[in-house]
Amino acid sequence: MAANLYPNGALRPYLAVLAGRFQLMLQYRAAALAGFATQCWFGVIRILVFAAFYAGGAAGQPLSLRDAVTYTWLGQAFLAFLPWNADPDVADMVRSGAVAYERLRPVDTYAWWYARALAWSTARVLPRAALMVAFASVLLPLVGLGKWSLPPPPTWSAAGLFAVSALGMILLSAALTVILNVIMTATMSDRGANTLAAPFVNLFSGMIIPLAFFPDALRPFLRAQPIAGLVDIPFTIYFGGLTGADAWRAIALQAVWVVVLVLAGRWWLERALGRLQIQGG
Amino acid sequence: MDALRLYGRYTAVSIRSQLAYPGSFLMMSFGQFLVTVIEFVGVWALFQRFGHIQGWRVGEVALFYGLASVIFSVADAVTRGFDIFGSVFVKTGNFDRLLLRPRTTALQLLGYELRLTRIGRLAQGLIVFSIGVHMTGFSWTPASAALLAWALAGGTALFSGLFICQATLAFWTVESLEAMNVLTYGGEAAAEYPLDVYARWFRDFLIFVVPIAAVTYFPLVAAMGRTDPLGTPAWALPLTPLAGFAFLALSLWIWGFGVRRYTSTGS
Repeated sequence: MAANLYPNGALRPYLAVLAGRFQLMLQYRAAALAGFATQCWFGVIRILVFAAFYAGGAAGQPLSLRDAVTYTWLGQAFLAFLPWNADPDVADMVRSGAVAYERLRPVDTYAWWYARALAWSTARVLPRAALMVAFASVLLPLVGLGKWSLPPPPTWSAAGLFAVSALGMILLSAALTVILNVIMTATMSDRGANTLAAPFVNLFSGMIIPLAFFPDALRPFLRAQPIAGLVDIPFTIYFGGLTGADAWRAIALQAVWVVVLVLAGRWWLERALGRLQIQGG
Repeated sequence: MDALRLYGRYTAVSIRSQLAYPGSFLMMSFGQFLVTVIEFVGVWALFQRFGHIQGWRVGEVALFYGLASVIFSVADAVTRGFDIFGSVFVKTGNFDRLLLRPRTTALQLLGYELRLTRIGRLAQGLIVFSIGVHMTGFSWTPASAALLAWALAGGTALFSGLFICQATLAFWTVESLEAMNVLTYGGEAAAEYPLDVYARWFRDFLIFVVPIAAVTYFPLVAAMGRTDPLGTPAWALPLTPLAGFAFLALSLWIWGFGVRRYTSTGS
């Protein structure tokens, strides 16, 4: 379909790598199941802990317990979007020297890597998210645990805004993955990028706890930084914590960061590849 | 005695080989440290908002959190051979070689690697525990120190048992089963908070099915000199880490069963 829309095919190679990688990653069913089981368990622990905290009094909290539960399940469902690691295939290329071939392809290297990253994350997220939604929004209410389930967004407008913001989350995740690829290419090792990415992403995205729980003085900074667009902004929109103009402002911020990170990534990638010394013979 | 000497040799070789790349070792240890420290930043922020969880203050939770982290980092460091058993030994057929050697398979796998980078998580656990000691005025007496050492021993036995069960499953599944992360990493995560914050069914799981509470919560409550809000009699609290050793014994028995059933992938 998409290829036919562009008969002369400027986009074709990127769509091809997107589709190919997507299908490849979907093959890892056992990994998806194991990930799903682990994420259910961690979701349960987090929710039990939140319930215990809220039992001491919910007054004056930035989120209700219901919202915290929603946020937790969404976080577990979309966990694989978090850019913890550079693309492992690119890491292999950097190690083996095959990254030089990337320059021989008649395609734009940045767009090529971006399409790979996009396919990599979405193909890992989709099966897990589908299982998680089946578990948290269908199964839990059926067995009488509706209070602890993942509810649908409260209004149609929240649902629509969430869909837009989720798109921003996906684009942002891929832009960050490519930046990790570039750091790895520049430093010739995946250690540095992979070691430091996870802690920062976990903290600043709102994955560890919703950003609203951090001290109020930090909030303007936490909301404005780019990584909030990976978790906190879309999930807060989902349960109706950001509506109307506020939600659009948050989405615009996401979009600005996507553009900035893509441009920065492109510029840096060209620089890194220009200086690249190939390993091996 | 001979086994102990051999394990010492294995360990020395493993440490030397890891220190051959000091840059990589430092980076990965630091990464471990950072990931786990940042998790605790989240806990801290929640306490800033809520003040307490079921009456426990942040200092007390830091004790539970630190102890769980220390126990897990030690067990995770010594059982690396079991952790990667499926992909490195079963899938490749390399386990055949272990069976040919005149030593037990459990000893050889324990000696496979002492994972030094877990020092990052160990450091986090010790720091968080020290914060807890500082904030609660935890009193160091010979009895409380001995209780903590006893909990650490029982906890290491329990988590090692879990990694051995994970390895045993690989005799049937061939690959290392990631789903066991639910009990290993997930068990550690559950032990970070005092047991009584959880719902009844979850508490029962952590006491009777996989007795993680028996090696963290109960001995620590005794070491803090408190009475258990769940009503466990005071004399029983220090005995609970025995459950960790029982679990390890059971795991080794299951392991032996798996070894007898092993058929090589034959490559």
